[in-house]
Amino acid sequence: MSENNSTMKSDNKNTRIKTLLFPAFLLVVLVMVGCNTDETQDVTTITNLVMSDEFDTEGAPNSAIWTYDIGRGPNGDGWGNQELQYYTDRTENVKVENGFLLITAKEETFEGAQYTSARLITEGLFEQQYGRFEARIRLPYGKGLWPAFWLLGNDCDENIWPQCGEIDIMEYLGDSPNVVFGSAHGPGYSAGEAETKEFTLDSDRFDTGFHIFGIEWGPNYINYYVDDKLYNQITPEDVPGEWVFDHPFYIIMNVAVGGSFPGSPNEETVFPETMVVDYVRVYK
Amino acid sequence: MKIKNRKHINLKTICSLTLVLVLLYSCERDLSDDAEFATFSTEGEIFTDTPVGLGSDFYFPFLGSKPTAFSVDDQEGYESEASMRVDVPNADDTEGNFAGAIFRIDGVGRNLTGYDALTFWAKASQGVSIGEIGFGQDFGENKFQVTRTNISLGTNWAKYVIPIPDPSKLTEERGMLWYSTGTQSTGGFGYTFWLDDVQFERLGTVAQPQPAILDGATLNQDAFIDVPIQLTGLTQTFNLASGSNQTVAAAPSYFTFSSTDIDVANVNELGVVSIVDTGTATITASLGNVVAVGSLELNVIGPFDFAPIPPNRDPGDVVSVFSDTYTSTAIEFFNGFFIPDGQTTLGGVVDVNEDEVIRYSELNFVALKTANRVDASAMTNIHIDIKVEDAQIDTGDFIRVLLLAQNPDGSENEAFVEIPSADLVAGDWISFDRPLSDFSGVNFSSLSLFFFISDSTVSNILVDNIYFYK
Repeated sequence: MSENNSTMKSDNKNTRIKTLLFPAFLLVVLVMVGCNTDETQDVTTITNLVMSDEFDTEGAPNSAIWTYDIGRGPNGDGWGNQELQYYTDRTENVKVENGFLLITAKEETFEGAQYTSARLITEGLFEQQYGRFEARIRLPYGKGLWPAFWLLGNDCDENIWPQCGEIDIMEYLGDSPNVVFGSAHGPGYSAGEAETKEFTLDSDRFDTGFHIFGIEWGPNYINYYVDDKLYNQITPEDVPGEWVFDHPFYIIMNVAVGGSFPGSPNEETVFPETMVVDYVRVYK
Repeated sequence: MKIKNRKHINLKTICSLTLVLVLLYSCERDLSDDAEFATFSTEGEIFTDTPVGLGSDFYFPFLGSKPTAFSVDDQEGYESEASMRVDVPNADDTEGNFAGAIFRIDGVGRNLTGYDALTFWAKASQGVSIGEIGFGQDFGENKFQVTRTNISLGTNWAKYVIPIPDPSKLTEERGMLWYSTGTQSTGGFGYTFWLDDVQFERLGTVAQPQPAILDGATLNQDAFIDVPIQLTGLTQTFNLASGSNQTVAAAPSYFTFSSTDIDVANVNELGVVSIVDTGTATITASLGNVVAVGSLELNVIGPFDFAPIPPNRDPGDVVSVFSDTYTSTAIEFFNGFFIPDGQTTLGGVVDVNEDEVIRYSELNFVALKTANRVDASAMTNIHIDIKVEDAQIDTGDFIRVLLLAQNPDGSENEAFVEIPSADLVAGDWISFDRPLSDFSGVNFSSLSLFFFISDSTVSNILVDNIYFYK
């Protein structure tokens, strides 16, 4: 039965909390769970805002910050994952409206693909080493949808992936609507072998409201958080290969459809589906 | 159940949890001071190790079901030693050939507005599909009844979710749980299933509602003044934490119905469409502010044109096959659907405001069969009312009325009389009255099948008042 996992969640949460660093943190987190009063980021320490897009200007996203990956990937193979979408920069797939960035996956025949969507990147426009990267997002739902908010090393042309490094701040599969995961990819720990951890939302889902997804990244650590909950830390000791996170990275936001990882959409998947982004903020 | 889990929780966790609980309590106290208006219990649990808050007289079996099917099992349970047990009887059990009942609070109802689903753990003695499990059935109005059908149970415990279509409606609900299941999927042989930790829960993961009426279809049909229509196929679908959708049948009162012209047709909270005047109206619905998929466009032509009412006769002078005026014989089928024989005819009996009429479309031939042989040997005449609903009658159109007897020795004989185009009228009832001598060669003491044959010359007909008289 697919419905039989719900009592396991409380156990998982206990383990998750126990893996955190020191008891003081534990206390802070628990206090905030208890009262749930505000969105104050006590899990974060880096507060000097250096870049933000609040998506307040209607139309196309700010071209001083964002550009696009177009198509089906450099080898035309669905970005190495047999993804089914063709990325465009058309208004149908990406626009700013009512203070939100909307990335919309549509079911339509386009340039030989069955679906269209968008993938925004800050490559060459905004790149940074270390800091705090976060976005407030409402995710879409449905089997086959694979949205992500992630960072890629700016040296992938010279140091072929995964040597250039990848930090996935948030990945999510549309048929697990209460689970996100954060990962780090490097040499010897990439794709299916990446250093990764899930975060399960308690009594809530990621497609019915906005949630904050972020990392704090410094020399020798990446801390992952969702809203007011720090749920993972990755350090050089955690990865089985070289630590490749000491150079500038750029931001990517996309909604992929189908492919080897999420599987294809099924008859219950409703299109169009939209990832709604309230803001992207970077601190140093 | 929960008690067992606690043994495994270590001291450190208990300390942290205590802290959280204290803080939660202190946070929530302010809230509950303000929210102390609830008149009805907000208890969510229905059965944990014992029935919870149901009172003493809560179990009401369905008519015809085995009344002793339910018990509390003190040996089995989901992480406990007790559960609800249902022993579904064999199909030939003389005490009842299925299991089914409602669990209704013996007392005032509960306020379930804070929950989003009925959940339970279940398993069965063999892999089996349980017919129906739901809530909201109270043997009263069943106003907020919900049904999940064909629930596949395995032999190990698994959790099941029955979402509440719109929790805001359940301010005072007594129907906590109901079930009904037989042995259709087990070849008539009984089995046992267990339910445990049966409760209303706020999962927080029941989302993305997709309500529907008419099973999501867009229908267009004729309607008649004063002939009401019951809306069917009312469902609510949610996406669950599992990532899959769950659809349940939802009672009409969960929906808000609307009509594009209430002077033509309007809908009440029980989903009954009243037809008040000629014209066109489209019926749509919403559930919890989400527009339901599906609509019904009605073209109201006028009052229904019923067949002439047959005259009063001495009951001994009539043998009736199909008529609301006389006591009629039972019908096995109104349409044999002899498709391998090339039959195209659709339709059968329709209930027009509690008056039954037979309606056939795409007629080439069709047979009505009585449940038992009809003995009309003492009668002298046959009467049938027929209305052709085609736009016009063409030369060469005909309807053949064929009577077929199935004799006790297994032999059959038949005879027919043809109604020529000259005797048919488009859009009007005609009465077919013939002496039985016109059907020579038929054994009138053992009649079984009544055929209407047009070879597609006439497509749409209404039939009423099939009877023999003297």
